[in-house]
This record gives sequence, structure tokens and C-alpha cells, in this order.
Amino acid sequence: MAEKILLKNIDVPGLASFEVYRKLGGYSAVEKVLKNFTPDQVTSEVTKSGLRGRGGAGFPAGMKWGFIDKKTNNPRYFVCNFDESEPGTFKDRHIGQLNPHQLIEGMILGSYALGARTSYIYIRGELFYVLRIIEKAIAEAYKNGFLGENILGSGYSLDLYCQPGAGAYICGEETALLESLEGKRGNPRIKPPFPAVVGLYGCPTVVNNVETIAALPWIINNGGEAYSAVGIGNSKGTKLISACGHINKPGIYEIELGLPVEEFIYSDEYCGGIRPGHTLKAVVAGGSSVPILPANLILKTAEGKPRLMSYESLSEGGFQSGTMLGSGGFIVMDETTCIVKNLLTFAKFYHHESCGQCSPCREGTGWMEKILHRIESGHGTMKDIDLLVDISKHIEGNTICPLGDAAAWPVASAIRHFREEFEEHVKLQKCPF
Amino acid sequence: MPEKLNIEFNRETLDLVNKIIKRYPEGRQKSALLPVLHIAQAENHGWLSSETMEYVASLLDIQPIEVFEVASFYSMFNLQPVGNCVIEVCQTGPCMLKGSEEILAHFENRLGIKAGETTADGKFTIKTVECLAACGNAPVIQVGTEYHENLTTQKADDLLEKWQAENKTSHTNPYL
Ligand SMILES: Cc1cc2nc3c(=O)[nH]c(=O)nc-3n(C[C@H](O)[C@H](O)[C@H](O)COP(=O)(O)O)c2cc1C
Ligand code: SF4
Ligand code: FES
Repeated sequence: MAEKILLKNIDVPGLASFEVYRKLGGYSAVEKVLKNFTPDQVTSEVTKSGLRGRGGAGFPAGMKWGFIDKKTNNPRYFVCNFDESEPGTFKDRHIGQLNPHQLIEGMILGSYALGARTSYIYIRGELFYVLRIIEKAIAEAYKNGFLGENILGSGYSLDLYCQPGAGAYICGEETALLESLEGKRGNPRIKPPFPAVVGLYGCPTVVNNVETIAALPWIINNGGEAYSAVGIGNSKGTKLISACGHINKPGIYEIELGLPVEEFIYSDEYCGGIRPGHTLKAVVAGGSSVPILPANLILKTAEGKPRLMSYESLSEGGFQSGTMLGSGGFIVMDETTCIVKNLLTFAKFYHHESCGQCSPCREGTGWMEKILHRIESGHGTMKDIDLLVDISKHIEGNTICPLGDAAAWPVASAIRHFREEFEEHVKLQKCPF
Repeated sequence: MPEKLNIEFNRETLDLVNKIIKRYPEGRQKSALLPVLHIAQAENHGWLSSETMEYVASLLDIQPIEVFEVASFYSMFNLQPVGNCVIEVCQTGPCMLKGSEEILAHFENRLGIKAGETTADGKFTIKTVECLAACGNAPVIQVGTEYHENLTTQKADDLLEKWQAENKTSHTNPYL
């Protein structure tokens, strides 16, 4: 890859301190913007960059900012989604822990563009030790005049705070996050209205993922066009992929979008191949919610084209033979993996995390867990397999928020691609692994 | 509000609470609920009693039922007493692929309890949790605000020995 955008300095010792970050050119994007850019010019650079939301949905960031009504006198809010709870995803922690000032600088840029005077970083409660690192960095930014009243004499003022969650995956869904930030249960809101119209405390709000926000300083420093020159098709720029499972080198990798999946899995620069003596069986490419693909379909599309790490290529073939880039949580499984058992942990997860507002999700996730448990423990029937498909179909598209879909897709795709393995569990009346 | 509460924050903790309340607009002090519940739980030996929740309600000028409603939603809040040291073992797919079941069984055997239980001496509780966002270093456990990653049964033994020796508590103010 030509140049790293997000992790360029990540190995520099002491990067979490203001001094080191600043010495490496940090906060120059804030200086540039406060001196030379109107808020709308910042938005326009971000639009030009083609940056898409890195939280999972891939919505264009600049377009989302454009939905904010700037004519009202209401306060506006910019909120960072640091809930990072999608199984397989562990990239935001990397930034928060090692380079908090990059996130803070991005928060200042986004807040300025939106006209927010108060902004929040909502971080999952389990990551309190990262919250402390970010709070320390925020204090340094205040001390050095990059936060607070009249930043760098520009007349623009901004307060920035961290807010902990308390163990609820659903609070990663942006409207549930806002409910939680208001001190309530994390029940997703019915959309519309979207947060850009009615968000935090009823005011226009933008929620963006940590990684989306961390890309902003580079985009401002180098220009939106430079960013959009990186990547492929409508997948601009770079993406953090958190790779785990049965690979030689689990970890967080910044890739240029468009990298062949095969290279990502087997090259020593990235995952370093499957652990010795084993072979690739399946991959969940974008966090637990996206469809699982068997080895042949993750490496090549159904038409035999090499599969690339990009929004378009990963979803090529739709749900029949494709998947999604999602959050970039890349879970690799070798031939020793029981697909049913892995799926059971996911089903348990979604059942546990359903907020309970919609009956298809609340009941369906529980049923799916129970049936999968039955099959895995050797008490399943062939009818159970079809029942699972049936339940997943009844959840999909029938719920307030996408958690329902997220629970349904892994089940539907595992049966689509690995049906024999489910049947084997039933025939043997036990787990074959 | 009850006459006399067993739980009351000291001056420093109250200052922290007041600092947190100022982060939100006027009249939106309920936003401080999650942060304050985290602090209250740490001060109350790792769990939220009705009395603790009533105290939090009085601090934020909201109804106790509003506090209970929220506390019961989030899995980090314990509504029953727990041991001094709560060991939270991640059980989700990526950790399972890397042997989290073995780690859980090991803790269970060593402590003679099952997940969800507390040892008779009140020292340890084992809890299973969902993905901790550290799957690259699976298997992973959490104790208080500490993460322990790339766990092996050997590492688990070393940790247990250390915690036994230092009478480990996982209930410390997470902000400090
Ligand atoms: C159930 C569920 C969980 C989610 N979890 C997260 C999360 O942990 N982090 C995140 O950034 N986005 C998460 N999202 C996506 C957010 O709703 C939202 O799209 C995102 O924060 C927008 O930021 P982006 O456009 O920068 O990606 C989740 C969505 C759903 C439906
Ligand atoms: S789909 Fe599930 S998580 Fe989402 S609002 Fe409905 S019940 Fe809650
Ligand atoms: S599955 Fe255990 S940390 Fe993600």
C-alpha cells in the first residue's frame, strides 16, 4: 500500500500524548480549517473524498452531514460511536488506545463542519481503560487550546466529553446510542425521523464511527480528492480490518480498499495464512452479522472473479453467493471449525442483545438459539433445519432496527452454504467435531 | 428518600459526579445515569442494591424507578451481590474458536463454582460475557477495567494465584 492514512504513526512510542502527536503534525488540520475553511467547505471536502461510514452500513459521510438542518437555532450535536460490540470487530479500540488525539482532532473537524458546540464520544463500558486514555488526551487538548472557548482565536468553541455505555450491543445502533446517552434504556427509535432531524435531546445530530472520524484529519490535510484517489470503485480510501480466528497473524490491518481477499488472508503482510497444517473452511468477512461464506466463495465470486476487499466486490452475488464488508471484522475458520457451534454462539449473542421491543426479534432470536442448541447437542431433527430458515425469514425486514436482520443473516447463510453439516448433526445425533 | 442511607459518596466522588452532570445541557442531568451507576456499583461492592439505586436517583433528581429501569437493561450492572473479584469470560464465536470454553472450564474447576456463581468465601464470581472487542487476542477475560488477553490455562493459574495473594477486588471507581 502506498501510504497509510489511519495507522501511519501507530507504532510511534508515546503517540497517545499531545506532545508526540503534535510533533508528528497533529492538529494541523484543525489549524487549517479554523483559519481557511467555512464549515460547509469542510463538509464539501468530506463529500469529495467519498469517505463512507466505517461502522458497518457504509453510508457516505459527507451526504449524512448534508442532511443536518443548519437554519434552526437548535444546538447541533456530533457524536462518536465507540460502542464497538459487533463480534469480530476490534479496530476502534486500537485507535482509541494508541492514538486518541487523532480521534479528538477528527471530532473537532466534524463538530466545526456541523456547527456543534458540544460533542460526545460514546464508548462501550467494558472499555473504561480506553475511556481514561481518551479523557486524558481531551484534557491535554483543552490545555493546549484545541478545545474549549475560542479555539486558536477563531471564535469557534467546542466542548468534548466521553460517555460510557454499560454492556449492550444494541447501543451501537445509532438511535439506541442516543437514548443511552440521554440516560435511558437502549431501545432503538423508530426512523424516520432520522438523527439528522431529531437526534440527541431532540436536536439535529450526526453519529459517526470512530474510524470514520479518524480519517478526517488526513482528508483535510491532503484534500478530498487525494483520498478518493485511493481505493477502488465506490470504495474509496483505506479500511481497518480486524482479523481473528485460525490465521497465523491475527491483528488490525489497514488495507487499501480493493485488495484481493486471497492476498489479505495468505500474504505475510496481513494474516499470514491459515495456521500450520490447516486449511481455510469459511470466513465471516464483516463482523458476526454478515453472511458467512465458504472458502471458494470468499476467495472468488460465483463467476470466478477474484473477490476483493471492497463494498462492491464482497457483496457481489447478493445473499446467494456474496456477503458484506460490514465493520471489517474478519473471522477466519479452518476445517476444524463446527459451523453449527460457531453459529450457536452468535445466536446466543443476538438473543442476549435483543432489546425486546419487537416480537419477531425478541422471540425469534430465542427460538433460533434453542433450536441450534438442540441440533448441536444431538437432539435436532431435519425439520429443525427448515424451521430455522423459516424463523430467520420471519425476522428479516420485520423489525424496528437492523439487529433483527443481523440475527437472521448468519443463520440463513450458514444453512445455505453448509446444510450438509447441519444434516450430519441430525443424522449422527451428535456434533461430528 | 429513606432517612439514612448506608451508601453515601465522599466529597471527592461527589465532586466527580457534579463534574459529570455539567457535561450535559441544563435539565438533562439524567444523562449522567450510566456514569454514576458505574461509580455507585464500584462503591457498593460491585452490585446495585435498591438502596444504592435510590441514592443515585436522589443525586440526579430523578425517580428510583427510572434508575431501576435502566440498571436492569445493561449487562454490566449487577442487581445481585457478587464476589470481590468478578472474572468475566468472553464466550462469543472468535473466543470460542480459540479455546474460551477450556478457559471457562478451568476457572470453574479451580474455583469449584459454575459461571454465574460466587465462591463460598465471597472472593470470586465467574460471569460469562459477550464479545469484548479484543478477538485478535482471544481468548479474553475482563476483571474490573482490566483486560487479560491471549489467555492460556497457565496464565489463568498465574492470575488466580496473584489475585488470591492480593485479595483482589474488581470494584474500583472506573474513572480513576
Ligand atoms: C445492532 C447494531 C449495532 C451497531 N453497532 C455499531 C457499533 O458498535 N459501532 C458503530 O460505529 N456502528 C454500529 N452500528 C451502526 C450505527 O447504527 C451507525 O450506522 C453508525 O454508527 C454510523 O456511523 P458511520 O456512518 O460512520 O459508520 C450498529 C448498528 C446496528 C443495527
Ligand atoms: S430489532 Fe431487536 S434489537 Fe432492534 S428494536 Fe427490535 S427488538 Fe430491539
Ligand atoms: S469474541 Fe471474545 S473478544 Fe471478541
